[in-house]
Amino acid sequence: MSMLEVEGVSKRFGGIQALQGCSLSVEHGSVTGLIGPNGSGKTTLFNVVTGYARPDAGTVRFEGTAIDNLPPDRILALGIGRTFQMVRIFPRLTVLENMHVPVRRQGLAGVLSGASTHEERARVLDLLRFVGLERLKNEPAGNLSFGQRRLLEIACVLMAGPRVILLDEPGGGVNPTMLRAIAGHIRELNGQGITFFVVEHNMGFVMELCHRVIVMHRGSVIAQGDPEAVRRDPAVLEAYLGE
Amino acid sequence: MTDGAGARRWDRAGIGLLLLAALAFPLVFTNAAITTYAIFTLMWVAIASAWNILSGFSGYVSLGHAAFYGIGGYALALMAESWHLTTGGYATFAYIPLAGFIAAVFALPIGWIALRTRKHSFVVITIAFIFLLQLLAFNLQGITAGSTGLPLPTPPWTGAFFNVPFYYATLVLAVAAVGVAAWVRRSKFGLGLLAIRDDEDRALGFGVPTGVYKLAAFVLSAFFIGMAGALDGYFSSYVYPQFAFNPQTDITMAAMSFFGGLGSVAGPIVGAVVLEPVQQLLSVNYADLALVVFGLVLLAVIVFLPAGVVPTLSAWARQRAARSAPTGETGAPAEALAPIRGVGESS
Ligand SMILES: Nc1ncnc2c1ncn2[C@@H]1O[C@H](COP(=O)(O)OP(=O)(O)O)[C@@H](O)[C@H]1O
Ligand SMILES: [Mg+2]
Repeated sequence: MSMLEVEGVSKRFGGIQALQGCSLSVEHGSVTGLIGPNGSGKTTLFNVVTGYARPDAGTVRFEGTAIDNLPPDRILALGIGRTFQMVRIFPRLTVLENMHVPVRRQGLAGVLSGASTHEERARVLDLLRFVGLERLKNEPAGNLSFGQRRLLEIACVLMAGPRVILLDEPGGGVNPTMLRAIAGHIRELNGQGITFFVVEHNMGFVMELCHRVIVMHRGSVIAQGDPEAVRRDPAVLEAYLGE
Repeated sequence: MTDGAGARRWDRAGIGLLLLAALAFPLVFTNAAITTYAIFTLMWVAIASAWNILSGFSGYVSLGHAAFYGIGGYALALMAESWHLTTGGYATFAYIPLAGFIAAVFALPIGWIALRTRKHSFVVITIAFIFLLQLLAFNLQGITAGSTGLPLPTPPWTGAFFNVPFYYATLVLAVAAVGVAAWVRRSKFGLGLLAIRDDEDRALGFGVPTGVYKLAAFVLSAFFIGMAGALDGYFSSYVYPQFAFNPQTDITMAAMSFFGGLGSVAGPIVGAVVLEPVQQLLSVNYADLALVVFGLVLLAVIVFLPAGVVPTLSAWARQRAARSAPTGETGAPAEALAPIRGVGESS
């Protein structure tokens, strides 16, 4: 059984068929790439998998359980984290405060007590050290550079303890140095057992990092396999050149 | 470091001094005109701080919370009527939390309805509620006596001393409202409200119970504003629909919070302390000009200090500290960002 299984998912926005019978799977412990021309439905697929959009048809299963119809917070609690193409952080909260938002508390006493316990803060600082943002911990997140915001968003998602993370164009608007740093973090986290499903346009990044690549075009999967084979696939070349 | 122990000690010392000054105030200034200013200033500290818990922290700007001010006043009047409390006294103050509680009970369904909508429509719905409740106060003659208004227990105190019990009661209310706002700001609940302000859907996706938090903040604000309305009613001995349910009360509480700085604990205090005496002075001496001048001051603040006075000043102080201590680990923006920007980060 694959970790994540998408089966025959369709999603329509008015006149646009964003997803059309899309089926794919992501294996436990892999770094799986998702590529395809702009508008091919990659972000929509991520939205469906993480509960930010409801599919019109088809099912999504996470470790065998159907999750299409669950709200985003339930899906995150099950272990699927994600980042956004346009980066969603809380700009007027400090870096530290951002990191505490995904930490859940049970009961009234937990909610009414301080925003940060010692154990929570220790985990936050560990993760901030890991992504290299510790020195900026008291800075409003809106003051960070775009690349730093991407790192913060990834660190925030890690606070929720996900087993698989969907990254939507982590290299978008980020310089090559920062992208290399992000690739390093992904490799290290993958070594610790976290599965990654990554949309990215930078082919060097995809070829170097991904065990397997899935190619989408007009809402469906047109090719998949190891990175080299996919790169040489004529259907893939045509999809990109046809745009 | 913004959360250094040294800074906290200074904060605590400052708060202690302020409290002492507030406690001693009526002993030093016995003139009734001056203590009346002080009472209304403290009243607005309480109202603006309570309003800030909902609107400043969560970003849901309510222009209808004066409804709960009115409900608080009428609640106390109706309690007095049905329990035959015609002469007041110190014991009357004990009914004020009950009036606040009744306002909070009303806030539950009103908030539940208003919070069905997102931020912009929410403002409009809250405005509708204040007018609706004013209309009800005018027209439910059997309960409210309409435009005749309702009497409250008459305070037994006379002369210059009249204001003193009210001064201390209002001080207690203001300290409680500010204390609760400060505690909310530091709690997990408050962090959730601030996350809602910045990106509600993302907060929801991270598991913040946004619906419950928004409603809780709505009701908590209403509770304190209801108590302020009851206290004001007792102080003035009468409630009338047009003064109890007054849209201008809504504008004032919002304006004070905007002036001082939305979402900070000190902001609404500064807003009330600066603007309430100004408003009072203007309305005594230049009644017609009062609103105009008040409006212009506000416009200037919103244009030139959009974050409000307190956040602007503290950012400015932090920058100065960074400039005067360029080597120390101050955590100031410019220098903390520099090394990481130096890696070659764009934007
Ligand atoms: N919320 C939406 N409303 C309307 N159209 C949408 C929406 N989201 C995506 N689309 C459309 O669906 C198609 C797929 O978009 P998207 O999933 O963002 O593609 P990709 O991420 O591969 O670039 C595009 O044509 C896009 O314009
Ligand atoms: Mg996309």
